[in-house]
This record gives sequence, structure tokens and C-alpha cells, in this order.
Amino acid sequence: MATVTKNGAITRTKLAELQGLTLEQPVIRVEDVHKYYDLGENKVHALRGVSVEIAGGEFVAIMGASGSGKSTFMNLLGCLDKPSSGRYLLEGTDVSQLDKKALAAIRNRKLGFVFQGFNLLSRTTALENVELPTLYARLPKEERLQRAKESLQLVGLGDRMEHFPSQLSGGQQQRVAIARALVNRPSILLADEPTGNLDSRTSVEIMQIFQTLNEGGLTLVLVTHEPDIARFAKRTIVFRDGKIRRDEPVKDRPRAAEMLKTLPTVED
Amino acid sequence: MDLISILRIAMRALSRNKMRSALTMLGIIIGVGAVIAMVGVGQGASKQVQDQISAMGSNMLFVSSGTVNRGGLRLGWGQTKTLVYDDMKAIVQQAPAVKEAAPGSATTAQVVFGSDNWFTNVQGTEPQYFDIRSWPMQEGVSFTESDVTSAADVAVIGASVRQNLFGAEDPIGQTVRISKLPFKVVGVLSAKGQSAAMGQDQDDVIFVPITTLQKKLTGEPWLRYIVVSAVSKDATYAAQQEITGLLRDRHRIRQGQDDDFMVRNLADVAQLADQSSRVMTMLLASIAGVSLIVGGIGIMNIMLVSVTERTREIGVRMAIGATEEDVQRQFLIEAVVLSLMGGAAGILFGVGSSLIISKLLGWAVLVSPLAIVAAVIFSAGVGVFFGFYPARKAARLDPIEALRFE
Repeated sequence: MATVTKNGAITRTKLAELQGLTLEQPVIRVEDVHKYYDLGENKVHALRGVSVEIAGGEFVAIMGASGSGKSTFMNLLGCLDKPSSGRYLLEGTDVSQLDKKALAAIRNRKLGFVFQGFNLLSRTTALENVELPTLYARLPKEERLQRAKESLQLVGLGDRMEHFPSQLSGGQQQRVAIARALVNRPSILLADEPTGNLDSRTSVEIMQIFQTLNEGGLTLVLVTHEPDIARFAKRTIVFRDGKIRRDEPVKDRPRAAEMLKTLPTVED
Repeated sequence: MDLISILRIAMRALSRNKMRSALTMLGIIIGVGAVIAMVGVGQGASKQVQDQISAMGSNMLFVSSGTVNRGGLRLGWGQTKTLVYDDMKAIVQQAPAVKEAAPGSATTAQVVFGSDNWFTNVQGTEPQYFDIRSWPMQEGVSFTESDVTSAADVAVIGASVRQNLFGAEDPIGQTVRISKLPFKVVGVLSAKGQSAAMGQDQDDVIFVPITTLQKKLTGEPWLRYIVVSAVSKDATYAAQQEITGLLRDRHRIRQGQDDDFMVRNLADVAQLADQSSRVMTMLLASIAGVSLIVGGIGIMNIMLVSVTERTREIGVRMAIGATEEDVQRQFLIEAVVLSLMGGAAGILFGVGSSLIISKLLGWAVLVSPLAIVAAVIFSAGVGVFFGFYPARKAARLDPIEALRFE
């Protein structure tokens, strides 16, 4: 796994170097996964045999109507839930066999989460929000601060470290959340409807950050129901009725950075 | 997560709802404060009783004339006329465990000095009385043996009488009128304060020779009481036995008949007083302890509200890598911080109210360090005990559900 460079700020190339080792082998490997929910009388069969491989450096958009199983799948990928049957290998480790504590450690170190509702802690500065995962990783204080600052700079918020979430725009809050997801140098970034609460220009800004991170080698899995957003990914997987219905590469993928130039600027 | 970070997070969470945290703490503040103040009052009272009893002389015995059953009519203590001067003589001479004895009789009278007058208690005794009760003169001297023999009109006055009749004037050598008879004041007793047993003012008294009292004031030839000192503290019980046997003989009381006198041992009184003040302390402390438990329930209540309010935050924390233990520890420490801060404020409150109680009511209040330490440990314990369930509840949350929580 990635080791920390003492004083170097994370640059795109460095991120690429760090992630380079995992580029070839599949980071995520899901084998015939089923998920049942027992809701009293009626059993819900949320996932009905899903198999998928995601390689390092991929940028996958998961689409589907509500109830299609995409959220359940995302929760499994995020190690927040365990499959009822089947296997989920994360970087070669069978995650479906781990206990809660080990899962928490994996969420902490290998996964980064970005949510639709940002989910920042209120009355806590941007820097402290970003620092939070490093606290649970039990890193020494200097390194925690260093990493949190680097992470915020990476998303372009180096000048807003001491701001509280209430003092930031939605786009800025989501960028803080991305910085938080990146602070422990995860192998995968999982984003659940990250642009759902944002206007279209800010959404493209967020996608630009994702594309940049992906170019640096970070593996990204994104859940969205907006085809416009899914287009920024390299590959789309469409769920319906608990199964994968379509899995195809994105053609004519737009560059978010280019698109931003054509969009009218909105004053923050 | 290291302790400092957890404490910072806990402080921030508590300061988010300052009013609520303060009110929750108030329960613990009142609980801890009440425990400290009540234990302080109890121990202070206990010490005061002990001090007074030891000041009275712990080898002292008190023989009083008893009750009598006359034709089915039972009279109260001090109603019999059978305790006489010769009984006292016999006690001194025949009971080996007895060191000294002094007779006593009493009446109440109006005492006049100049234009001032005062209604007080007049006791008749002999000079050794003051030795037995270890009650020194503050000014002047006691009346003497020869004053007793001659039934002289001399008096020793208590500190309260002196204050009421003489004020700033020097009473020694002055003449007061007790029931219109002139008495010369020869001594003033040092102040003794309220009695431990009855709470009456022991200094509101005038002592005259027993003979003078009997012949000129009351006309009663019998005694109301005899004050006895044993040769040592350990001999008080033996002395009590000897006196009882001797007086039963002298009063010709047959086997199976009730005594017509009563012998009280001050060591017993001391023990009894100590025991009762101990029970009192326990009682007060346990009532105060109940309020501490109520305070703990308040903490539990608020922590449960807090867990529900912050369900989403808990979900986020779990998603980014907090383990169940991390979450549990966080909420537990929050509860303990709440109760410890309440405990600290409660100590100040308890010590403060102890001081106010002792100032306002004039009670001795003893704030013991042990009570403070116990209060701190107990309040931390309350935090852990009542914080455990909410913290467990938080830790058991399903992160997916928690993240979805609105």
C-alpha cells in the first residue's frame, strides 16, 4: 500500500505512482453475490447474483432506478453490509468473511465515502472534518494535520480550512467531503449520488475533480441516476431488478474541465 | 482515537447545547453538593456532640431522683424525695470506683441586679461540682466548703446570666437578689454553650451552696441529683453498678421493685449520641445520594436524546472507519465528562453551602476530604453507569440505517 511521503504535497503524478502498483489487478471482484432482506413476512431479494470486476484506475458509474439494487450493491462495496451469499474480494481479501471491527478498519483505510448530503459534522471546521478519518486510523497528530491540509489543497480549498460547513457553498462542502474521503489514501473512492444536491455547474466541477483524481490513478465508483453525470465515467453499469443489465464503456466521454469553460459562471 | 481528541469532541458536543448540558449537570451538581453538605453537617454535628461530651468529663455519672408509682399515678423523673445528702456521702465513702461526688438541687427564680432582672435556673451544689464537670471559673472563685457549711449567701453565675444582668460591668463582688434575697457574686463560670443532649443553654444558670438553696430558697431537704466522677473512664461502669447497689440498699428497695432513682453513665450517653449522629449522617447522605441517582438518570435521558439526534453523525463516523468501540467510547466519555464537570461544580456547591450552613445556622460543618473524593468517584461512576446504555445503543446502530436517518 501507499506509504506517506514526509513533506511532499500530493500531486497527480505522485498519486499515480502510489496507485500504480494496483493498476493491473482487479481492485474489486464480486462473485455471484446475493442479498436478501428479511422484512418480517415478505423477503426482499435485493441482489440476485451479481458478478463484476473493477480494475485499478477505473471510473465506474452505477445506474439504475430506485429499487434496482444499486444502493444495496454500493453498501456492499463500501463494506457497510455483507452479502447473503457469494464473495466480495477487495484487493484480494475476502471481505465477506471479516468481522465488524475489521470492516471498520477497511472502510477507514481502503475506502473513501462521498455522500449525496455531504454529511459533514456541523460546527466543525473543514480541516477538522477532513482530519476525522485519520483520527480513527490513529495516526500521530502532525501527520494527521499534514494529510488533512494536503487533502484540502488537492480539492482546491487550501484557503478555506478554518471555515465551518455553514460558511461554505454546497459545492465547497462536497469538496471538503471528497478531501475527507481521500485523507487516508484509499484504494477506492465510493460516491453515492455526489451531485444529487448540487446545481449543474457545481456538479460538473465535482466531476472534474473526480476525473482529475481518476487520471491520478484513483479507482472511482459512482452511483447516480443522471445519465449526464454518468457520462463523465469511463464505464457504466446499469442495475435492474437486482441484476446487472448493462455493463459498457462510455463512448464520447466529455472532459469536465472543457465543459466548464462553456458553462456560464455562477458567482459563489 | 487518542483521549485528547475524544475529550475535544466530547466538549464540542456538549457545548453545542450549552443550556441542555448545564441543566443536565445541575442534577449532578445538586446531588454531589447535597452529599458533601449533608455528610459535612452530619459529621460536624457528630464531632460537636463528641467534643461536648468529652468536655463534660467522660468519667462522669449522673444520679437523679427517680419516678415513683403512687396509687397507680406514675410521676416523672425527679419527683421522688428519697435521694438525700447522706446518699451522696455514702457514695463517696462506700463505692470504691467513685472519686468524687457533688449533690445538686434546683429551682427557678427571678434574679435582679440594679434595674435589670432575669429569670433563670438556680442550682445548689458543693464546690467539687465544678471539678467533676471540669467547668473552670472565668473570673473570681467558686464558693467554698465553709460557705456550704454556713449556708452563705454567695453565688457563682453562668456566662449567659452575667451577660444579661451585668453587660460590660464587672460582676465580682456585686450583689444580686435571688427571690428577693441578696447574694454576693464571687465567681463567673466560663461559657459552655448548648448542651449536647437537650440543646439548652448551659450557661443560663446560677450556682449557690446547696445548703443555702435548701434552707433559704426551696425549703426542700432532699436532692434532685448527684453528680459523680469515677476514678477513671474505664471505671464508670463499675461505679454505676456500685451506686445502684448502694442506693437500692439505702432506699430499702426489694428485689423486683423498680429503682426510685436513675444512674446515667456519660460514656453510654456519648456512645448513644455518636451512634445517633452516625445514623443521621447515613440517612442524610443516602437521601442526598438519591438525588445523585436522579441526576444520573437525567444524564442517561439526555444522552439518549443526543444519540437519536446525532444518528446521522454516528453513521458518518462509522462509514469513515469508526469501530463500535470508538463510537461507544465517544458517548461514554461524553457522559463521564458531563458528570465529572457536574461533580466538580457540585464540590464547590457542597463546600459553599456547608460554609453557608455553618455561618447562618451556627452549626459545626465538617467537610471531609473523604466525602469529596467519594463524590468525585461516585459522579464518575454515575456517568459510566448511566452513560453505558446510550453509548451501547449508539455503537449498535447499523451504519446504513444511521446514514439514511433524517
